[in-house]
Amino acid sequence: MSDVIIEVSGLHKAFGNLEVLKGIDMSVKRGEVVCIIGPSGSGKSTLLRCVNLLEEPNAGTVLVNDFEMTDPDVDIDKARRGIGMVFQGFNLFGHLSVLDNLTIAQRKVLKRDAEEAKSVAKENLRRVGLEEKINSMPSQLSGGQQQRVAIARALSMQPAVMLFDEPTSALDPELVGDVLGVMRTLANEGMTMLVVTHEMQFAREVADKVLFMDGGVVVEEGPPAQVIGDPQHERTQTFLRRVLNPVHAHD
Amino acid sequence: MAMSRRQRARTFRGVQYGVLVLAVVLIAVFADWGTIRNAFFNLDAAATQFPEILSTALVNTIIYTGLGFALGLALGLVLALMKLSSVGPYRWLATIYIEFFRGVPALLVFIALGYGVPLAFQLRFDIYSTAAISLGLVGSAYIAETLRAGIQAVPPGQVEAARSLGMSQSRAMITIVIPQAFRIILPPLTNELILLTKDSSLIYLLGLARTEYELAKFGREGLNATGSLTPILLAGLCYLIITLPLGYLSRYLERRTGRKQDEGLKVTA
Ligand SMILES: Nc1ncnc2c1ncn2[C@@H]1O[C@H](COP(=O)(O)OP(=O)(O)OP(=O)(O)O)[C@@H](O)[C@H]1O
Ligand SMILES: [Mg+2]
Repeated sequence: MSDVIIEVSGLHKAFGNLEVLKGIDMSVKRGEVVCIIGPSGSGKSTLLRCVNLLEEPNAGTVLVNDFEMTDPDVDIDKARRGIGMVFQGFNLFGHLSVLDNLTIAQRKVLKRDAEEAKSVAKENLRRVGLEEKINSMPSQLSGGQQQRVAIARALSMQPAVMLFDEPTSALDPELVGDVLGVMRTLANEGMTMLVVTHEMQFAREVADKVLFMDGGVVVEEGPPAQVIGDPQHERTQTFLRRVLNPVHAHD
Repeated sequence: MAMSRRQRARTFRGVQYGVLVLAVVLIAVFADWGTIRNAFFNLDAAATQFPEILSTALVNTIIYTGLGFALGLALGLVLALMKLSSVGPYRWLATIYIEFFRGVPALLVFIALGYGVPLAFQLRFDIYSTAAISLGLVGSAYIAETLRAGIQAVPPGQVEAARSLGMSQSRAMITIVIPQAFRIILPPLTNELILLTKDSSLIYLLGLARTEYELAKFGREGLNATGSLTPILLAGLCYLIITLPLGYLSRYLERRTGRKQDEGLKVTA
């Protein structure tokens, strides 16, 4: 097992004529938390979705957990078992209870028996502080609770790495804290995480490394104190001025 | 003469009631009540219909419809998946099938299966198979389109979440998409069951033994035997026993899914 868990090199992705990723190189080490920041439309979600091949890259290679995701012969379903993903819109299975949301893939994909799947589910619901919602339907939960269930669902597969695509941007402001709290705990427990986020405070405090993306390339990367605290590139500076001080956004 | 809006509305309503009263009086005076009562509410004729109209005809209508619907559902699901397939020829075949069977009268399908196939191929199906296949062929074309719409109405994020948990495309389809699609299309599917119930009456034109009579055929024979319209009215009422509750069920389900979707939107918005 190598030290590097995600290795992206020379990644290109276009939608028709629109070139969204123009040669991305990046890596994530085991146990690291890497945050991706950048303006809307810069390709952050596309990059994340290329990592577990929800989008198929046009060129370049993606290695995750010793699987070459971009190899046409890779067992993609097996490779994805080790990669948890949390979406902006939660995407809980609406026809299933919270418990079934957490056990369905364990049972159908990992072939765990009902007992084991349930105990893993309970354990992960406890981690996100929602044990008492085990029998609820997703529609009965608040957005923040749904997102925590979605995190618990991904964790129930015991992934080696977790991908988060703006997990708090669909939430009411007062619910953001709960979700970020869960993510913080996960990071402290040593989970490897790749997080697209607009929460600069979170990135500054939790990330080991921050990537600033703009126009389909990684403009700047480094520890948060450097990229967020003391950005070297003008595009990074402009973006951060806008995000950190939205009142003076007219420059 | 200038009238206020309220006066005009009152006059207009008065005229409508006037016409109604006139019509009722005319019918009451000129209609031949004895004949009408004899035709529609002949108790002796009604008595001859029981209990077979329930124990044979109604039961057979339900059996024919049920078999046809089951086959239509299975075939419709296959067609819907073909229509959504990435393989071109599957899509074309499904489209041709659906357009054909939605475009031709159900009656023609019954004639083809009841008379055409036995003549041309020397094949003899029993009546249950003929009914199931004819209704299934016609029903599947409509059900396929409904199912396809339902499958496409399931948000793509559901498949993405399933795939990101390591489910294969077909596993995600079976465990995540199709169950949710069925919830969405339950109201229109119930309506298709109502249409199929009514279409099952077309079986009456095939040669049936008395134990195989369904409601329309049974009513027709009752008319011949009694010379009264009462058996036809009774057959009609028996159809309503099936279709009215289904209609209420459909509207209830529609209201319920509508509410669910509103809630869903509120949470994700
Ligand atoms: N499936 C798609 N088909 C066509 N264009 C797409 C598709 N997905 C994304 N795009 C386009 O690619 C560009 C990058 O999108 P992406 O979602 O990766 O940006 P982002 O950095 O995540 O932005 P945001 O912060 O708004 O989420 C955008 O211009 C978007 O319109
Ligand atoms: Mg995005």
